[in-house]
Amino acid sequence: MNREAVIAVNRFGLGAASGELAAASRDPRGWLAAQASTPAPEYPALAELAPSSEALKEFPRWLMKLRRARADAKAMQESGQPVPRGVEESFRDHFLPIMLKEVGARLAVAATTPVPFQERLVWFWANHFTVSAEKPVIFAVVGTFEREAIRPNVGGRFVDMLLASSKHPAMILYLDNNLSVKPGSKPPPIAERLNLPRATGLNENLAREVLELHTLGVNGGYTQADVTTFARVLTGWTVGGLMNPGFTFVAARHDAGPRTILGKTYAQEGMAQGEAVLRDLAAHPSTAMHVATKLARHFIADEPPPAAVERIARAFRDSGGHLPSVHAALLECPEAWEAPLAKLKSPIEYVVSCLRALPAARQADSRALFLALHEMGQRPYFAPSPQGWPDASQAWAGADALWKRIEWSGILAARAGSGIDPGVLAQESYGDAVSEPTRLAIARAESRQQGLALWLASPEFQRR
Amino acid sequence: MVTRRDALKALGGLVAVAGLPGLAVAAAPGTERRLVFVFLRGGLDGLSAVPAYGDPEFAGKRGELAIASPGTTGGALKLDGMFGLSPFLVELHKLYEAKELAVLHAVASPYRERSHFDAQNLLENGTGRPFGREAGWLNVALAESAGASGLALGPNVPLVLRGPATVSSWSPSVLPAPDPDLLERLAQLYRNDPLLAKPFAAAREAQGLMEGEGRRGMAGGGPQAAAQLAKAAGTFLAKRDGPRVATIDFGGWDTHANQIGEYSPLTRNLRLLDRGVATLKSALGPAWKQTAVLIVTEFGRTVAINGSRGTDHGTAGVALVAGGVVRGGRVIADWPGLSDRALHESRDLRATLDLRAVFKAALAAQLGLGEAALETKVFPDSRGVKPLEGLFA
Repeated sequence: MNREAVIAVNRFGLGAASGELAAASRDPRGWLAAQASTPAPEYPALAELAPSSEALKEFPRWLMKLRRARADAKAMQESGQPVPRGVEESFRDHFLPIMLKEVGARLAVAATTPVPFQERLVWFWANHFTVSAEKPVIFAVVGTFEREAIRPNVGGRFVDMLLASSKHPAMILYLDNNLSVKPGSKPPPIAERLNLPRATGLNENLAREVLELHTLGVNGGYTQADVTTFARVLTGWTVGGLMNPGFTFVAARHDAGPRTILGKTYAQEGMAQGEAVLRDLAAHPSTAMHVATKLARHFIADEPPPAAVERIARAFRDSGGHLPSVHAALLECPEAWEAPLAKLKSPIEYVVSCLRALPAARQADSRALFLALHEMGQRPYFAPSPQGWPDASQAWAGADALWKRIEWSGILAARAGSGIDPGVLAQESYGDAVSEPTRLAIARAESRQQGLALWLASPEFQRR
Repeated sequence: MVTRRDALKALGGLVAVAGLPGLAVAAAPGTERRLVFVFLRGGLDGLSAVPAYGDPEFAGKRGELAIASPGTTGGALKLDGMFGLSPFLVELHKLYEAKELAVLHAVASPYRERSHFDAQNLLENGTGRPFGREAGWLNVALAESAGASGLALGPNVPLVLRGPATVSSWSPSVLPAPDPDLLERLAQLYRNDPLLAKPFAAAREAQGLMEGEGRRGMAGGGPQAAAQLAKAAGTFLAKRDGPRVATIDFGGWDTHANQIGEYSPLTRNLRLLDRGVATLKSALGPAWKQTAVLIVTEFGRTVAINGSRGTDHGTAGVALVAGGVVRGGRVIADWPGLSDRALHESRDLRATLDLRAVFKAALAAQLGLGEAALETKVFPDSRGVKPLEGLFA
């Protein structure tokens, strides 16, 4: 097996499914390039999940329940009775099954997709535009974000993904833009009555993170004044209620008037003003550099090679942020094809590569997979901050995280039984990149089961 | 890596081990001291945790967020004539009254911008610059110390504890323990791996220390999980041959909206922190007397309430230092005031104390580090920042 095929399948893909390394080895680069430019397959597992508009109808109903639960809890406390469950816990009880279904579908797609590079790109961009259930209010919609804002745009332009992200209810709620209104606004009486969040002025959260994380980057050349002004521009971008469950622009909440950001004055009215700012941010050279640096770090090396960054950034600028062109430039970086196994797999990459290698492992239910990922430090949909999951090997190489991977290998090996020849499996996924000590360890294992656990926990299989 | 356990075995339990680094069992008195670093990620609102109720501008600027003066309903717990403690920090207030908690106000790292991620990175790496190096100051301090070892509570190790010194990590598990024979074989495979050899050895050591203590995990990250980590930290640190430094990461402090009320995320987090410190203290047992707990965040938040009953990213805030070695029962603050003129960029609490002064004092007291190491290696080019005097007994 040639080295480029090993890199294609493991570094850019999700780990070899049966026969995949052989298929890729005929033309590894072409195998990837085709995935970057083909439309996404229909995934039945995703098609049956509810859209965000459904979840958003569910949410106000739950808020009513929450309000009652809080009143009850207060009464119970006052009468000296113990309060059985915290409100947040009951919230999780209600929405966790929905989230687990999303997790299961997403992992099932990754475990079986014929276009794993495309799926990795979906993951990359979903992490670039992170939304996280660390904020309980978006529990109900966190899974819909990737399907609605990211997947449809991976084969399109960055600016469209940016617009879709900035308008998605999950992002609006995660970064509080539903609570950012024209200064001096009076909250509607219903907010008081239902004890809903009452907004009377600006909240900088979304404006700052769009500039810092989604577009220009922290050193991209904006000031605190740009952040505040952009927050004013974005007032009115919010999420509708029961009758209108989705993104909506509310003119009455919008702080209208010409605004200057990064030295340019925007005289547009209404939502068009924010859209114009986002379009300019998407086309800014700092955005090209920021995105290119992140792509190179994710796919090539923790220390992104400057030549690779420049090549990807140039493709971004030259193509107007056409993502298939950007992704093609990534594949053309010679640095990407030099050192095999340069990066430690993140927990989800590790778990999915196990699922692809071992069909028996796919029987694990979504709750078990969710917990395994939690224990390795990457609880699905719970990225620690808007910055998303870290992308450096050291961040995933904690002693305990490694220990959990070993525990997980043991479980999978036991489940796979003795029907799998681990030596063959190693050869069929990593080819010549399997080291002599690993090959010998597998050959000398006391059983096939132990050999399989050794392979799944081996230094090679931990890497991509 | 040779673990302490292995070294002891190799020496056949002889007592001639006092000179070896890393052997806490036979260590000099200084290394019986413990240090816990609690990082509140997201930016704790210092004026909610420690309201400056005595400042004439406090009530006006904070609006709905202003916590009432001590002695009123829902009011702050009194610290002194100027400052109180959040009413949700009752356990910490007990420590304050027992003179085992010092409250530091108007403190900040040298960072003066408003990105969480640069701010956290700078605070952890110790160089005074975001991404100034790949290692964290607490790890470098361990490497410079006489062999104390470090442990992160959680699967992975935060930057502050990454670096040249081998450190471990631990969190509970719902997975079955690995087969011992598999572990022996993996030890051979990992032996020369530059990334995995040390974590693997450290994981085995941590698992050994926790043998018989129960390792079943809690599903998810709820309050029980937080309490479990605090308890585990105390259990590890209390052991004779356990680590002397531990880190606990605690996220969720980025409160842009709805900070007030019984059910706000900020209230919930303050309560978790409060109970967490009490749990840690009780798990430490007598070792609490030798322990310092640093509770810090990457930056404070805006003084004024924002448009959604929250606060946005700011500058200076609060640090809490608890433990038996702390000369507590005091608020340490060169208070800059909350008037418009006194604020940083007309919006944030101005910093009058560098967090590195607190960290240096803690490392000097708990790990015995000298100024030379502190100002060149642990916090490079920081000669101008002197360790805060008198914080530790």
